[in-house]
Amino acid sequence: MSGLSVNDVTKKFGSFAAVDRVQLDVPQGTFVCLLGPSGCGKTTLLRMIAGLEVPTSGAIVLDGQDITQVPTHKRNLGMVFQSLALFPHLSVGDNIAYALRIRSASKAAQKARVDELLTMIHLDGFADRPVAKLSGGQRQRVAIARALALSPKLFLLDEPLSALDAKLREAMQVELRQLQQQLGITTIVVTHDQREAMTMADLVVVMGQGKIRQAAPPIDIYRQPADSFVADFIGSTNLLELRADSTGRATIFGQPVAGLSLPDELTRAPLSVRPEDVHVTAPGHGTIDGTVTFVRDLGGTIETFVQVGDKTIVAVATPRERPDVKAGQSVGVSLPAASCVVLRS
Amino acid sequence: MSAFLRRLYFTAVALFLAAPIIVVAGVSVNEKQDLSFPPEGFSLSWYGQIFLDPGWRQALFASVVLALASAALAVAIALPLAWFLWRRIAPWANVFQILGLAPFILPPVITALGLLTFWATAGFYGQPWTAVISHAIFFVTLPLVTLSLGFASIDRALVEAASTMGADDRTVLKTVVLPLILPYLVSGYAFAFVLSLNEYIVAYMTVGFTMETLPIKIFNALRYGYTPTMASVSIFFVAIAALVFGLIARFGDIRRLLGALSSDGN
Amino acid sequence: MRRERPQSFADYTPLFFPGLMLVVFFVVPFSTMIAVSFFRRDPTGFYTRDFVFDNYARFLSTFFGGVLGFSLLLAIGVAICCVLIAFPFTYLLTQRPRRVQTLWLVGLLSVLSLSEVIIGFAWSTLLSRTAGITNLFVWLGLMEAPVALLPSVWAVLIGMVYQALPYTILVLYPALIRLDPTLLEAARTLGASPVRAFLNVVTPALRNTLVATVIMVFVFALGSYLLPQILGRPQHWTLSVLITDQAIYQSNMPFAAAMAVFLVLISLALVGLTLMIGRRENAT
Repeated sequence: MSGLSVNDVTKKFGSFAAVDRVQLDVPQGTFVCLLGPSGCGKTTLLRMIAGLEVPTSGAIVLDGQDITQVPTHKRNLGMVFQSLALFPHLSVGDNIAYALRIRSASKAAQKARVDELLTMIHLDGFADRPVAKLSGGQRQRVAIARALALSPKLFLLDEPLSALDAKLREAMQVELRQLQQQLGITTIVVTHDQREAMTMADLVVVMGQGKIRQAAPPIDIYRQPADSFVADFIGSTNLLELRADSTGRATIFGQPVAGLSLPDELTRAPLSVRPEDVHVTAPGHGTIDGTVTFVRDLGGTIETFVQVGDKTIVAVATPRERPDVKAGQSVGVSLPAASCVVLRS
Repeated sequence: MSAFLRRLYFTAVALFLAAPIIVVAGVSVNEKQDLSFPPEGFSLSWYGQIFLDPGWRQALFASVVLALASAALAVAIALPLAWFLWRRIAPWANVFQILGLAPFILPPVITALGLLTFWATAGFYGQPWTAVISHAIFFVTLPLVTLSLGFASIDRALVEAASTMGADDRTVLKTVVLPLILPYLVSGYAFAFVLSLNEYIVAYMTVGFTMETLPIKIFNALRYGYTPTMASVSIFFVAIAALVFGLIARFGDIRRLLGALSSDGN
Repeated sequence: MRRERPQSFADYTPLFFPGLMLVVFFVVPFSTMIAVSFFRRDPTGFYTRDFVFDNYARFLSTFFGGVLGFSLLLAIGVAICCVLIAFPFTYLLTQRPRRVQTLWLVGLLSVLSLSEVIIGFAWSTLLSRTAGITNLFVWLGLMEAPVALLPSVWAVLIGMVYQALPYTILVLYPALIRLDPTLLEAARTLGASPVRAFLNVVTPALRNTLVATVIMVFVFALGSYLLPQILGRPQHWTLSVLITDQAIYQSNMPFAAAMAVFLVLISLALVGLTLMIGRRENAT
């Protein structure tokens, strides 16, 4: 097939499995985000795809060809490093032309390609500047241009935007996604920022403890998380417990909930409800009753914390649907069955 | 401590370090051939003597050639070793690092005597080239330390970045590692050069009876007949050292070389 | 280039030349010296091959015991003087702006690189009657007539402190420049004066470094081979001087080698002690 396949790849450091039997297929031209907390194995997986680490077992296949044992410098890929790794002893132009220069391309060809790439990243005329004189965002663009100089088959980025401030980061996310769509290049980005993944990716791969927990388009990950790890990691959520009562009905906090059922053979299962799906109503009008402990008014949204039993349920509303409650007040909490996702435990 | 006390303290240390040099500088401009201070009259002829007197000129020539060659050899030994230790995981290779540091940490007379017995046993005692090898081994510590520091300061991601762009080991070495290591290589060479120029005991024990380097010549003059040329040569050496270290400070980061972690720390 | 284990024989190539040079020209000479220490003296040549302990036995006399005692005492004196002067100085230096630090470091390196011959010559001039410091005192009216301040044990001590002081400062510099400045700021906010903060916070934090520095300077001072000759009387000669003297002027290489082996053992023991202290410092 055309594209990248990671076939049953494991990477062990001593007895610790950093990446544990990972299976992933990335069709040509897809934008993939490897997402997960630090230490989940996402960077190790990316480095194995780049050839900077050798898998303990398994195979990495690019366009039908097994490249597991091919050294990095023969893989034809472009990579942007977390530290950017711009060569401090070379100018902007020489950094971008590096891949061409070591292949002995002519001076004219190098200059033409550098100018083309500088235009692409909106840094025309920067070729002779030393990299130390650039701003964070400019360095970022140079690193991207340098990685794309040879029009590689595969574009890899390791936490590329982590050094930028929040505003610039969001702008670069959009720019990076547009650039990828324009070039149609298979791209894999490692990130721990779920907003970044949601913004850019066709396919989000959530990893935890060396394993892939879920791989799906961003909105599916958000709407249909596979397990409590994914539900908790992507956005914020209320993790509750669904239990079967003596008659077999599904209940939350002992209250039967119409429209929900437990998976076969189970008497309890975790349940995720996104805060924006939870509504605060008058006591007795919701699924269950509770007491408001705190109200956080952020202007754009209002978060209401409701104590129910030993759990705190968070509801998010816009000012338009202002719930108008105060701490200490008794309220009803409504959990629409359609928005509740029963998870694998 | 108030600023005044601090200044006093700094001045006292500076005076202590400068006093002998000032006196020697004074002696070196005496008009007549005696070692008086304050100088009687003023003359720079003793500086001329370094180059005009055949004895001093030969000693200067011998010292400079020895220093140039032995520093080059020291760097040639240290560079592949430092590179290997940075590039490979081979704990036993640290033995060579210890061997490279030992001559400098042990009292110099030991290395000198070891080399004397060695050259005497091997039958090469007194050959001028033995001094080059002896100095190279004695001072290999300096380029080894500066180069190890230099390698440690290279972000390994730079090397990985080069390989993702198609550079093999050799190309990485040529286009990334060597350009980044160059300042450390130059300062390692300069340190070895200056110290070799000033070295006495190892040179004396290995080639002392067949060749006169400047320090040997000064010592002989000290024993067998004072001349103000000794003073002018000494000042000449101080000037060379200050010039070389000044250049390293100007074009490199001497604070980092001497152990400050970053260049921007106060 | 990730660090990896050597995969093939070819990966060891960079080690060949340095390894060969260090083994042939350091390990072998060192071993030769140990071997020679068991040989017998040959007044006409260098030595005769043999296996005797005479050289070591001769060393265990009162005379050489006295020399050893004096050498160790002198080196300890130099080490303590140097650290006492250098520690507060280096601390203050690390507080100065970068430019000032750089200037001092260039000066210190220049003095450190000076040949022992030049240092000896310079101090013998400075302490002499004709060109010495006493002429200045006479000129200032503090003294009647210039005097020679050497040869004397004090001249030797001053010369060796001069030689070792830049070394001491440069050994202390990394430890002090890396000292966490917030440590001191914390002490200041708690009301400690700068001097108190230095004594109560900086000094205890660097106690092991200071001990290690004293030992390193001690070993450095043990190596001084010319200053006792130039600035002192024969009874002020140290082990290093005697080794040089025996090897060159008395043509008794085996005896010089035996003394050198002994000096190595002392130095190694002390360097080992320094490393142990360093390890303990890193562990805590």
